[in-house]
Amino acid sequence: MKITFKLFATLQDFLPPEAKKTNALPLEIESTTTVMDLVKRFSLPEKLVHLVLIDGNFVPPGERASRTFQEGETLAIWPPVAGG
Amino acid sequence: MAWNRKLLRVDLSKGTCTSEALNMQWAQEYLGQRGLATKYFIEEVDPKVDPLAPENKLIMATGPLTGTPASTGGRYSVITKGALTGAIACSNSGGYFGAELKFAGWDMVIFQGKSKKPVYLSIEDDKAELKDASHLWGKTVFQTEEIIKKSHQDPQIRVASIGRSGENGVMFACVVNDLHRAAGRSGVGTVMGSKNLKAVAVRGKNGGGAIRDPKAFMAATVAAKKVLADNAVTGQGLPTYGTQVLMNVINEMGALPTRNHRDVQFEDARKISGEAMHEKRPTDGKAQLVTNAACFGCTIACGRISKIDETHFSVVNKPEYWGASGGLEYEAAWALGAANGVGDLEALQYVNVLCNEDGFDPITFGATVGAAMELYDLGILTKEQIGMDAPFGSAKALVELAQMTAKGEGFGKELGLGSARLCEKYGRPELSMGVKKQEFPAYDSRGIQGMGLAYATSNRGACHLRGYTVASEVLGIPVKTDPLVTEGKADLVKAFQDATSVFDSAGVCVFTTFAWTLADLQPQLDAACEGDWTMEKLGLLGERIWNMERLFNNAAGFTAKDDDLPPRLKTEPAKTGPAKGLVNGIDKMRPEYYKARGWSAEGVPSKETLARLGL
Repeated sequence: MKITFKLFATLQDFLPPEAKKTNALPLEIESTTTVMDLVKRFSLPEKLVHLVLIDGNFVPPGERASRTFQEGETLAIWPPVAGG
Repeated sequence: MAWNRKLLRVDLSKGTCTSEALNMQWAQEYLGQRGLATKYFIEEVDPKVDPLAPENKLIMATGPLTGTPASTGGRYSVITKGALTGAIACSNSGGYFGAELKFAGWDMVIFQGKSKKPVYLSIEDDKAELKDASHLWGKTVFQTEEIIKKSHQDPQIRVASIGRSGENGVMFACVVNDLHRAAGRSGVGTVMGSKNLKAVAVRGKNGGGAIRDPKAFMAATVAAKKVLADNAVTGQGLPTYGTQVLMNVINEMGALPTRNHRDVQFEDARKISGEAMHEKRPTDGKAQLVTNAACFGCTIACGRISKIDETHFSVVNKPEYWGASGGLEYEAAWALGAANGVGDLEALQYVNVLCNEDGFDPITFGATVGAAMELYDLGILTKEQIGMDAPFGSAKALVELAQMTAKGEGFGKELGLGSARLCEKYGRPELSMGVKKQEFPAYDSRGIQGMGLAYATSNRGACHLRGYTVASEVLGIPVKTDPLVTEGKADLVKAFQDATSVFDSAGVCVFTTFAWTLADLQPQLDAACEGDWTMEKLGLLGERIWNMERLFNNAAGFTAKDDDLPPRLKTEPAKTGPAKGLVNGIDKMRPEYYKARGWSAEGVPSKETLARLGL
C-alpha cells in the first residue's frame, strides 16, 4: 500500500536528499509494516523518535510496535521539540 | 540579587522621580514582577480607569531572580490596564533590559500621570531623571536606541522604548527593548505613548540586592541548569529550531488557524516553517536563519536572528533591512503568514522586522490583517477603502499594510484599531478572532480543546502564555493528554495558569517549564529570597495572583460573558485534519473550570476562595 512518510526538524537528515525539500517521502509498504518497522528501516535513533502522528493523531509509544497502516495515511515524526 | 527592596516612582505630570522602599510584606505574598507589580497596580488604580487616561499607571517590574545567575533570569514585565483590552495587562520580555534595571538597584518603576511633552527616563544606578525626548518623538525603536546610546556616550545602556505606532495610538503597540525583544501584547506600548513617555534608558553598576544564601543558590542554579541542558527540548530542540519548529507540528495536527480561522490547515505551512528558515535560498544560496540567540543569563537560546533575501520585493532598494535582525518566531510567522494565507517567508520576516522597528504586536497585527482580508473577501471592505487589493494570500498587501500601520497612514490607521474594533466598525464583530478584544495566537481551539478554555479565561485576553496546555495536549509535557476532548481540561488549564503565574513573578522565562516544574524553581527561590518558599507557598501564590487579576477584571466590568470564544469556533466545525467535524467545547468546560477555581457560576471568586488565598 502507499503511505506518506514525513520527518521533521533534525530527523529530516534521515530522508533522501530529494525528499528534504518537502519533508515528505511517498512509500510503498506491506500491510503488516508497523511504525517501528519504518523507524528501523530509516535508522532513526529511537530516543529522537518522540512525537509520532498518523494523519495528525498521536500514536503513543506503547502502540508504535504494533500500529500498522491504512492506504493513504501519513506518518509524521519529530524529535523532542517545543515552542510557544 | 533577589529583591533590591527599592522602587522608583516617576510622576510624569510633576516631572519627579522618587525612591520608595519596596513593600516587603507584599513581596512575601506576591513574590515579584507580575505578582507584586499587579498588587501595586490594583492597590493604586481604579479598575474603571480609561487605559489611555493619565490616571492609568504603568509599571516595569523585575522578579527576584532577574539579574541573578539563575538560567533565563533576565525577565521583566510591563503591567498596566491594557489599551487593547481594557483588562489587566502584563506583558513579559527578555533581552537585557530587566537585568540592567536590577543592577541599577531597582526592583520596579511605577509611572503615573502624563508628561506635557515627550520625555524619556534616564536611570544610572541611583540617579534617575526625566529628559526631553522631543528629538526622539517620531523616531523608530531602532533609531531611538541608537540616539540615546550615542548621546549618553555609553553603548552598554539598555533601552526600552516605543516606536511610532505607540505614538500614533495603534492599540496594540509594544514596549521593545534591546531591539528585538518586546513586552508585546495588550497595548502596553500604547499606554506608554499616551503618557508621552518615549523610552527608558538604564545603566546599572550597583549589582543589585542580596542573595539570602549564596552557596545554596549557586548549587540550586547549577542543578537547574543541568535539568535544562539534559532535557531534549530545552537542551537541543529549542536552540536548533526555535519555536518555529511548531509550524509543521500544529499544521499536521489540524490546529493551525488559517485565513482568519476559516481553515485549520495551511497548504503553505512548510514554506514558512522552521525547517524552511534553515534552507538555502535559490536566489543567494544563503539560509534566512543566521544564528540562534539568547537573552540575559539564558542557557536555552531559542531566539532567531535572520537575514532577508536582498532581492525580495519587500526590501529591494532598502539596504537598511539587509542586515541580521530578530525573528522569525512561531507566533509571528503564524500571525503574519497562515492567519492571512501568506506563504512568503521573506515577506513575513520583513514585516516582523517592521513590528520590532516600530513596536507593534505581530500577533494582533497579523490577525487583524486576516480579519480585514475576510472583510475584503466578503465585499464589506473595498479596494478603494483599503487602498489596494487585499485578498487572502497577498504578500504584497501584507507588506504595504504593515508599512502603513507603522507610519499611521491610510488604512493602516484602521488596522491599528485591532480586529475587534475594526470588525465592529464594519458591522461584523463576530469576525474578530479573539477574546476580550485580544486576538488569538497560533493554536486553533477546535483541534486543541484545552486552549479554547485557556484563551477564554485568560485574564489579559486571548493568550497562549497564560496557560500553555499545548505542552500537554500536543507535546506531552509533563504528561500527554488528548487534544480533541474536553474532559479533564478544566483542571489542566487551572494548573498551567497557576504555575505560570509563579514563573512570571520570579524573573525567569516560561520556556524553562518545558523542562522545569515548580520543584526545580522552588530551591532557587528559597535560596535567593528571604522567607520560606515552600512548594505549598508557591502553589498558593500562583492561585492568589490569578484570582487577584480576576478580581480586577471583574471590577473593571468583565463578566462570565467575556469568558467566551467567537461563534466561528463554537459553530463552524474544523473542515480537515484530526479535528474535522469538531467545534470547541467551551460551554462545557467553562462551568467545570469555575468550579475547579472555587468561583460562582457567574465567574466570581467565592468568599471561601478569597479567604483561603488571603485576598
